Amino acid sequence: MEAFIRGIGNISPQPTFDNSAFLEDVREYNTARLQSIEPDYKNYIKPIQLRRMSRLLKMGVTAAGMCLHDAEVEQPDAIITGTGLGMMEETEKFLNGILDNGEKLLNPTAFIQSTHNTVGAHIAVMLGCNKYNLTYVHGPVSLENALLDSLMCLSERPSDKVLLGGIEEMTEAHFIITDSMGFWKKGPISNLDLLKNKTPGTIAGEGASFFLLSREESPQNYGQIRGLSTRFNPENQTIAVNHIEDFLAAHKLNIADIDLVILGLNGDPASDAIYEPVTGYFEGKSTMTWYKHLCGEHYLASSFALWLGARILKNQKIPGIIRLNETPKPGKIRNIMIYNHYKNIYHSLILVSSC
Amino acid sequence: MEELTEKLKKEIIEVLNLEDIKPEDIDVDAPLFGDGLGLDSIDALELIVLLEKNYSIKIEDPKEGRKIFTSVRTMANFILEHQKK
Amino acid sequence: MAERVFVTGIGIICAIGKNTGETFASLRATRSGISHLSILDSIHRDTLPVGEIKLTNKELGALAGISDPDMFPRTALLGLIAAGEAVKNAGIDPKDNNFRTGVISASTVGGMDKTEINYRNYHLGAPYNNFVLTHDCGDSTEKIAVRLGFRDMVSTISTACSSSANSIMFGARLIRHGLLDRVLAGGTDAMSKFTLNGFHTLMILDKQPCRPFDKNRMGLNLGEGAAFLVLESEKALDGRIPLCELSGYANANDAYHQTASSPDGFGPYLSMSQALDSGRLKPADIQYINAHGTGTDNNDLTEGIAIERIFGQHIPLVSSTKPFTGHTLGAAAAVEAVISILSIKNQMVFPNLNFHEKMDELHFEPLKEMITGKNLRHVLSNSFGFGGNDSTLIFSAC
Repeated sequence: MEAFIRGIGNISPQPTFDNSAFLEDVREYNTARLQSIEPDYKNYIKPIQLRRMSRLLKMGVTAAGMCLHDAEVEQPDAIITGTGLGMMEETEKFLNGILDNGEKLLNPTAFIQSTHNTVGAHIAVMLGCNKYNLTYVHGPVSLENALLDSLMCLSERPSDKVLLGGIEEMTEAHFIITDSMGFWKKGPISNLDLLKNKTPGTIAGEGASFFLLSREESPQNYGQIRGLSTRFNPENQTIAVNHIEDFLAAHKLNIADIDLVILGLNGDPASDAIYEPVTGYFEGKSTMTWYKHLCGEHYLASSFALWLGARILKNQKIPGIIRLNETPKPGKIRNIMIYNHYKNIYHSLILVSSC
Repeated sequence: MEELTEKLKKEIIEVLNLEDIKPEDIDVDAPLFGDGLGLDSIDALELIVLLEKNYSIKIEDPKEGRKIFTSVRTMANFILEHQKK
Repeated sequence: MAERVFVTGIGIICAIGKNTGETFASLRATRSGISHLSILDSIHRDTLPVGEIKLTNKELGALAGISDPDMFPRTALLGLIAAGEAVKNAGIDPKDNNFRTGVISASTVGGMDKTEINYRNYHLGAPYNNFVLTHDCGDSTEKIAVRLGFRDMVSTISTACSSSANSIMFGARLIRHGLLDRVLAGGTDAMSKFTLNGFHTLMILDKQPCRPFDKNRMGLNLGEGAAFLVLESEKALDGRIPLCELSGYANANDAYHQTASSPDGFGPYLSMSQALDSGRLKPADIQYINAHGTGTDNNDLTEGIAIERIFGQHIPLVSSTKPFTGHTLGAAAAVEAVISILSIKNQMVFPNLNFHEKMDELHFEPLKEMITGKNLRHVLSNSFGFGGNDSTLIFSAC
């Protein structure tokens, strides 16, 4: 099952929504919470709709619009989104209303916009799109599940154009709670020096990344998604290298075919230890890169990685800020492997290749 | 009446987050829903909450709401009637 | 994709029964599970009828075989019970390495029942802040997968009231694509103050037991529950006789408004007609429609219009079973799938309780009494959600 990436739209803690640039200008954060750099939504959404949209809804709808514009597609044939925590801000608003007012005088708008499928549904209403519409909500593999469904749709209907999106937000309240639980780095930090900081925890992120997938060849395509694999590992076994080797074998590839690897290292020593066998495996053979210092850690972070892979393939350029090693690979960057794990329980692997 | 309609206009703008609209932009007799301000059924529900919160008037049937919210003036009339009781 | 998808096991817990047997007995006795809240603490306890399961979390924990039920959201407990029954009913072992097995669940509430109680105490640390980790929708699915031994794929879907129709559909497609051999698919949602108050602010809850398709209907009753199907490829049946076949499905979007259906029921029309097409069935092939039939003004009208558009003058038997169970949100499609399958297996059609007067806008009325002996071959089940997410499943006798 394969698909070309025809269009992209990405709102993240880096200046990524402007497609003309590619991480030349990188935002440094000295806090453990990375917040999205957002466009002026008035340029993208009518005031009558904008007025009551939550932040994540604005981000999602706008990133989707940017993606469709980039792909020069007006109407997708499927809208498939993934989100882990869903519409946090609206959920908090409604919940606080219940707790503060004893279940009285509550505002319906917050409830309506708290449902996980809000972004996908809104996109459908705004486009008048009656086609297949789904939202996946399984934490760290929400994007991968949505991607799998997208690939299945394209296999069932090869002429389809599928709009795939990953959206996730971090709110102030949720950051404070999770910070008190030890999720995030403490003290003065810089996201750009994240790997040098060996204290426990990582940095929090968020974002909205959309992709227009199709089976149609075009010089506009960024790249081709050629493979996807997830593993569920609740027994906490050591599986990453085995997972990669099985994948390569199944796709009749060997390690020499992988020009570049994008790893989900996040600066938390316990989590990053899981990547050690992987970096050992690729050392000296492939260029290794990472991305969570740019977008932060969140359930949909792999959508940022997919954006990164697509941009690298199209631009045939590796931004210095993401490099982990200096292994040079002369010639064209053909195959990129994106590898991510969450608590060693969920592992995901995406192979994206040049067209 | 005029004091109430002016107050209502401000409250409607605030509750429905009509950021780009000022009270003087709203005509007291213009339809709030459909073509007028372009409000919808979710806005109607928010106005029902507004009536309860700010005027202690509870509307049980949302269909009743549609008639009351025809315009700012009909809203004001409804409030004045209920406050007499 | 010629692979056929069969249902080999069902499991359910809802207001009318804590398992399939009890649920079926209540349906047959036309015994509704709608009552007033007695487990959930809310200011609405005496005013809003609901389909609440009259078991405390401790009792649910005992049924699920959990020794520390206080640490589990109610949604997870319900899910574990129904999932366990489905797997046992199907007679499969998810750990059997000869078959690739996965679990695709659905939820809208997730762990909210615990979140809303503990939210203001999170700053006090454990055990309160343990529920930060159980809040999201995927948590109950993960617990089911770990407990029952599913390893090849785990996923969760959330599309409001159509959620578990989509999880069942995704499960079937995974089988048809040859990615899995067996899938436990369904959904779970527990009662919570969040959803009860949410629907209350939308003013679509009836203060009486709901009356789907009735001229004087006033809204829905919320319910809670969990239900799962075990779906298998023909090869994976391994000689076992299935309960029925999942012969058609579709997902469409109404694309009209966040909470209301389009006046001509376009989304419902699309999901039903595309489901028929997917199963290569004609409207005349359907003997019974288990309607979404929530009892709201908007749903019943638009669903009714869509049914008449497709079935013309030859409307099959139609009933909504939500007056039995309440509207179980993310679990609704799976709960009603189980009820549809019980219909086929037992050749019975359960009535649309509380119906008295036909709607002016429709020419058909729903079934008032239970019917047997109708040679049910194909049953169509609708689930339409907020956000215009409309899905339809078709089950067929084998």
